[in-house]
Amino acid sequence: MENVLQIVWLIPFLPLLGFLVNGLGRKYMPKAMVSIVGCGVILASFLMSIWVFIHVREGGGYVADYFNFIVVDKLKIPFALQVDELSSLFLMIITGVGFLIHVYSTAYMHEEKPEHFGRYFAYLNLFVFSMLLLVMGANYVIMFIGWEGVGLCSYLLIGYWFKNVAFNKAANKAFVMNRIGDLAFLIAIFWIIAKVGNANYADVIAFAKAGKFGASDITVITLLLFVGATGKSAQIPLYTWLPDAMAGPTPVSALIHAATMVTAGIYMIARSNALYSLSDLTMHVVTYVGLATAILAATIAVQQNDIKKVLAYSTVSQLGYMFMALGLGAYSAAVFHVMTHAFFKALLFLGSGSVIHAMSGEQDIRNMGGLGKKLKITSFTFLMGCIAIAGIPPFSGFFSKDAILLSAFEENKALYAVALLGALLTAFYMFRLFFITFTGKFRGTEDQAHHVHESPLSMTLPLIILAVLALAGGWVGIPEVFMKGGDKLSAFLSPVIPVKEGESPGHSTELALMAISTIAVLAVIAFSWFRFRGYQRKGEAQGLAKVLENKWYVDELYEKIIVKPLQQFGSFLNDVFERSVVDGLVNGVGRAVSYSSRQLRLLQSGQVGSYVLLMVLSMLLIFVLQFFLRK
Amino acid sequence: MNITQILVGSLSVITLFSALMVIISRNPVHSVLWLIVTFFSISGHYIVLNAQFLAIVNIIVYAGAIMVLFLFVIMLMNLNRETEPQKNKWLKLAGVLSGGSLLLVIVAALHTGDIKAMAQVKEGDIGLIGTLGKELFSTYVVPFEISSILFLSAMVGAVVIGKKE
Amino acid sequence: MPIVYYLYLSLALFCIGIVGVLTRRNAIIIFMCIEIMLNAVNLLLVAFSKMHPPKAGIDGQLFVFFIMVVAAAEVSVGLAIIVMMYRRIHSVDVNFLNRLKH
Repeated sequence: MENVLQIVWLIPFLPLLGFLVNGLGRKYMPKAMVSIVGCGVILASFLMSIWVFIHVREGGGYVADYFNFIVVDKLKIPFALQVDELSSLFLMIITGVGFLIHVYSTAYMHEEKPEHFGRYFAYLNLFVFSMLLLVMGANYVIMFIGWEGVGLCSYLLIGYWFKNVAFNKAANKAFVMNRIGDLAFLIAIFWIIAKVGNANYADVIAFAKAGKFGASDITVITLLLFVGATGKSAQIPLYTWLPDAMAGPTPVSALIHAATMVTAGIYMIARSNALYSLSDLTMHVVTYVGLATAILAATIAVQQNDIKKVLAYSTVSQLGYMFMALGLGAYSAAVFHVMTHAFFKALLFLGSGSVIHAMSGEQDIRNMGGLGKKLKITSFTFLMGCIAIAGIPPFSGFFSKDAILLSAFEENKALYAVALLGALLTAFYMFRLFFITFTGKFRGTEDQAHHVHESPLSMTLPLIILAVLALAGGWVGIPEVFMKGGDKLSAFLSPVIPVKEGESPGHSTELALMAISTIAVLAVIAFSWFRFRGYQRKGEAQGLAKVLENKWYVDELYEKIIVKPLQQFGSFLNDVFERSVVDGLVNGVGRAVSYSSRQLRLLQSGQVGSYVLLMVLSMLLIFVLQFFLRK
Repeated sequence: MNITQILVGSLSVITLFSALMVIISRNPVHSVLWLIVTFFSISGHYIVLNAQFLAIVNIIVYAGAIMVLFLFVIMLMNLNRETEPQKNKWLKLAGVLSGGSLLLVIVAALHTGDIKAMAQVKEGDIGLIGTLGKELFSTYVVPFEISSILFLSAMVGAVVIGKKE
Repeated sequence: MPIVYYLYLSLALFCIGIVGVLTRRNAIIIFMCIEIMLNAVNLLLVAFSKMHPPKAGIDGQLFVFFIMVVAAAEVSVGLAIIVMMYRRIHSVDVNFLNRLKH
């Protein structure tokens, strides 16, 4: 064995094994066994990921080449897995958070029938497999396999309760919107292969570094990759599927639609940073799309009443931040935020799951309130999550968000101001959510009040662990200003993501910015405390609030400008074009053949004489053609 | 214009005229008689071309055997001018037109190709009985024998078809 | 004589045969027209055989001989058929022969 990392294939393989066992045995296996298999394989992968992480930290990355996946003429796509600083970090996040969510799911999904329970864990394992393949692939094609795999699992899990039509529609929406992005991604891969000759990261990056890409090629490729990322990572204009994806079970929302899958776009761009750094245009597009998404989603989240929808828009908004960071060239800050976001957003989703579980499926926060007294662990950990996402030191969100805001400040002051506004909005809607849900008086029915209870240990334990991570997860990236060499993450990632060079705004400015953002966030929290501590149900929202509650009418807009015209075009084709042109053509051909054969039949008189006449005429024709037309 | 040309020319006129009369005559018996004239004049051409063997065979086989057969059949059926079936005139016109245009097309084609070759007349010995007979009984002996089998089978066939059931 | 002369002659003869086949309904006349066409071809073959004097012509003339042989056999069978047809329908009109339609 030339390198111990040759066995990294086990990491994705184990969840695949779990998928096969759970998927095939779902009718025969008891729930306990499904749980053990489902969680066990992820735990094993997680332990291996730690082992890989340690190895990579000591000895750098490694590409494990197993066999040729596609061989066409000179084009060779190997089935190769790559573990390096970036992918090992993602491995840890995926398997670690994934394991906690698996454990949580065993309790959350306990009321399902054994068969569906097995199906759920099979999907979940398949998802982890695909996601691991996505981050471990050593070329864009393997990444694309994982990319499609996670899309499929997302679809399957959103539509997990497949008897509900609305849920199926949400699943379809997610799938179709992802396809739009995937098409762009696929074209980008083709383009890369056409230019570079293969799709291996190492070759592509070397090609890019050697400056062999044309300026327009690089712009088109990166823009197409970005379009792919907007589909998967829910950015404008393809973000509307993510809030609808909340139809799936809450742990799924936590794992797929908050912590891991939606960050695939970030991973992809971070992985291709060598390409992106070559195109200023794309970088600007990424920045502004990210910023716009962050602000738009944050404003929508302010007026949502579904606990999961608030978190969904929050996710979209945070992803927008990450894209903004990518666009600003702060790739490591984006990856850092992916990590901390995975912790606190998974925590928040699982916390909301716990609340929903306690409220017997109720998701509307207007019917909650005062739950803090009854759900002590849940509310406490939820509060930790809110503080983390709001960005108050020393919680993890502070460090990652601060890194992004700082890079925005370096780029452009106005950008910083808008980004800060987004951060304040985040704090506002998160604490609105917290106060309405956990403080004040209970507004639900008597029945619900009687039933409210704290969740079992298998649900609260992941919450506690994630809360600790949400607190401490940011300490790997402490800015230089507090601690020399504190930014271990950037240093660790530097082989894959070059450290951004440029003059720092200076320690005093940096400290001032932090102070400003922290004070502003605290002020916003206080404001929301006064506003929402005694929340009472109000009538219909008016004015801007109504627009926000209806998500800026973006879904309606899409319906109007894309879906409706397409449907009308389709029905036009069906009613007019199909009937008159296509049918007319087909039937016309039929009628013409039948008519002409009725006429031609008369030639077949049976009279030998007429046959001879025709024969002579044909001979004549042949002679004419032969002698005169040939020249 | 020498005597050969005059001979060939007048033979040609007789050939074409009698052939035309074959198809024009209403009475089948007249047609047969005109056909015999045609065959004789073609034999005359053969003689001019010094193909004496074929000239003799043509007279014996065609004018002698085949035409007699035709004549017998016609007389047997008692065909005459009155029983002769007639096509309608449009079909006749169509037939004449298509045959005529075929002639026209091929003549035009021949006209464009400027052919200079000459045929030997009144000389050469390839058409003599001795020359052909040697060849026939050496190189072509197998086809010759096979043709006798053909005749036998034709005879058997004619008898089988012709006998009353 | 120029070969073109014989070409035109046999061509004319052949076309007369065709016109006869096309314009007549009597099976026997049609048969005779076919004989005219055969003879037109024979005449041309003989003329061609005299085009390249020494040896090449013999094959051509023997070919003509075999055509005559086959024509004789054909006439005997063909006339037998016509006689049988006459016995069946008491006519030699080819318009009655329209069974090809079915």
